[in-house]
Amino acid sequence: MRDLRFRYPGAAEPVLDGLSLVVAAGERVAVLGANGSGKTTLVLQVNGLLEPEAGEVEVSGVRLDRAAMRDVRRQVGMVFQDADDQLFMPTVLDDVAFGPANLGVRGDALGERVTDALGAVGASHLRHRTPHHLSGGEKRRVALATVLAMRPALLVLDEPTSGLDPRGRREFAEVLQHLPAAQLIVTHDLPFALATCPRSVIIGGGRVAADGPTREVLADVALLARHDLELPFGYPPPR
Amino acid sequence: MAANPSDGLTVGAGHGRLHLDQLAVGAPSAVRRLPAAPKLAGLFAFVTVVAVTPRWAVGALVADAALVVALVVIARVPALVVLRRLVALAPFLAFALTLPLIGTGEQVDVGPVALSVDGLWAMWNLVAKATIGATAAIVLTATTPVPDIVRGLEDLRFPRVIVAIVAFMVRYLELVADQLGRTRLAMTARAHDPRWLWQIRPIASSVGSLFVRTYERGERVHLAMAARGFEATMPVTGWVTPIRRSDVVVALLPAVAASTFAITIVIGT
Repeated sequence: MRDLRFRYPGAAEPVLDGLSLVVAAGERVAVLGANGSGKTTLVLQVNGLLEPEAGEVEVSGVRLDRAAMRDVRRQVGMVFQDADDQLFMPTVLDDVAFGPANLGVRGDALGERVTDALGAVGASHLRHRTPHHLSGGEKRRVALATVLAMRPALLVLDEPTSGLDPRGRREFAEVLQHLPAAQLIVTHDLPFALATCPRSVIIGGGRVAADGPTREVLADVALLARHDLELPFGYPPPR
Repeated sequence: MAANPSDGLTVGAGHGRLHLDQLAVGAPSAVRRLPAAPKLAGLFAFVTVVAVTPRWAVGALVADAALVVALVVIARVPALVVLRRLVALAPFLAFALTLPLIGTGEQVDVGPVALSVDGLWAMWNLVAKATIGATAAIVLTATTPVPDIVRGLEDLRFPRVIVAIVAFMVRYLELVADQLGRTRLAMTARAHDPRWLWQIRPIASSVGSLFVRTYERGERVHLAMAARGFEATMPVTGWVTPIRRSDVVVALLPAVAASTFAITIVIGT
């Protein structure tokens, strides 16, 4: 991503103001920032759901524009904040098949993708269930599977731990650590960022305000305070 | 938290929860094992035959009713479940009962009231056909999980848009009902206890905000679909439920029997 600028219609201040960020293949990067800092706006740019006013997005060497949209969306898997928005089909099976079927995968090949994706998140036993009746942690893992079935090069996760209990969070972190795809994890759950991402960036003022190893970023209490981020009560800064 | 887990449409105390997944109840049976597509085709054919049977062919309709009762027994659907779900017909039946009173033409005296003969026939027509058709539909829903019905519609080559609308409805109806339940709970928790019509305002505004929230969810769902490559048409999975010819024959049996009764009676008179 180079020099991204974006402003919502009618807003005076731009949300993104010259943001640049490079994620290497297979890298896991946490995107930290206060509410309203533009984290979600950023992730919607990555696969063209929002169009930037200026700047460009490039995924695996393909520049994102209208013609390349389909290709880029195949490369970038988005996991949204509310799993009920992501899981819209009557059964888990149909939902996981939705993405690859849109890409033209049919029949047995499609079945194989679904089986692989559900296996990767440990949710094979849920395939015939209705999304509505899954627990929060199960929904989150299935939502991840719906995206994995498209075999993306980059995963973008928006607040993946919101509403999860500690166990659901730990299980989800373990799943993420075992995936080969590059990951951009938007969160203000700092311990989760530390557990999953070797690298962290802080978004502030529409740009990347800090970029470094997660451990060092979280140890800089003054930096966190400047961006309205706080470690949970009782957590010492990591050393 | 339905008051009675055997009935899918029970609304639990204060929760407004809908349990579409609990509509299918029956024990394992021959009917339950059939794929959804032949069952749907069988139901459509049967209901069509019943609907076009002339109302004066009383024998045929009685035989159809016996057929449906036999179906309930074979499908091992508990009679109580059938009766409870038939309650949904009550408004139609109540309307049917007024027909003999408001009908014109030839009158017949039953005790102190004069009833219209035409109205009586109309009442019989509506009551008999609605009950038979509804019971057959109850057998289908009680023996087929809802997602299977959706897939069955797809197997029958229903227009993809219609199937998609049904699928989304199935997926989000319960969610919306849950949201409504939570809103009601939040109102009750703040001592809202509506009894009279003029207390309807908070309910009306909560329905309004529910509409807006659902609309916004629709937009987010569309984003999620677009992110997974959706481009205006639902994708084809290429998965076809294997359907044996014998399944189709079995599923169509009631319809064949019903048309035989109808034809026999109509020709015989």
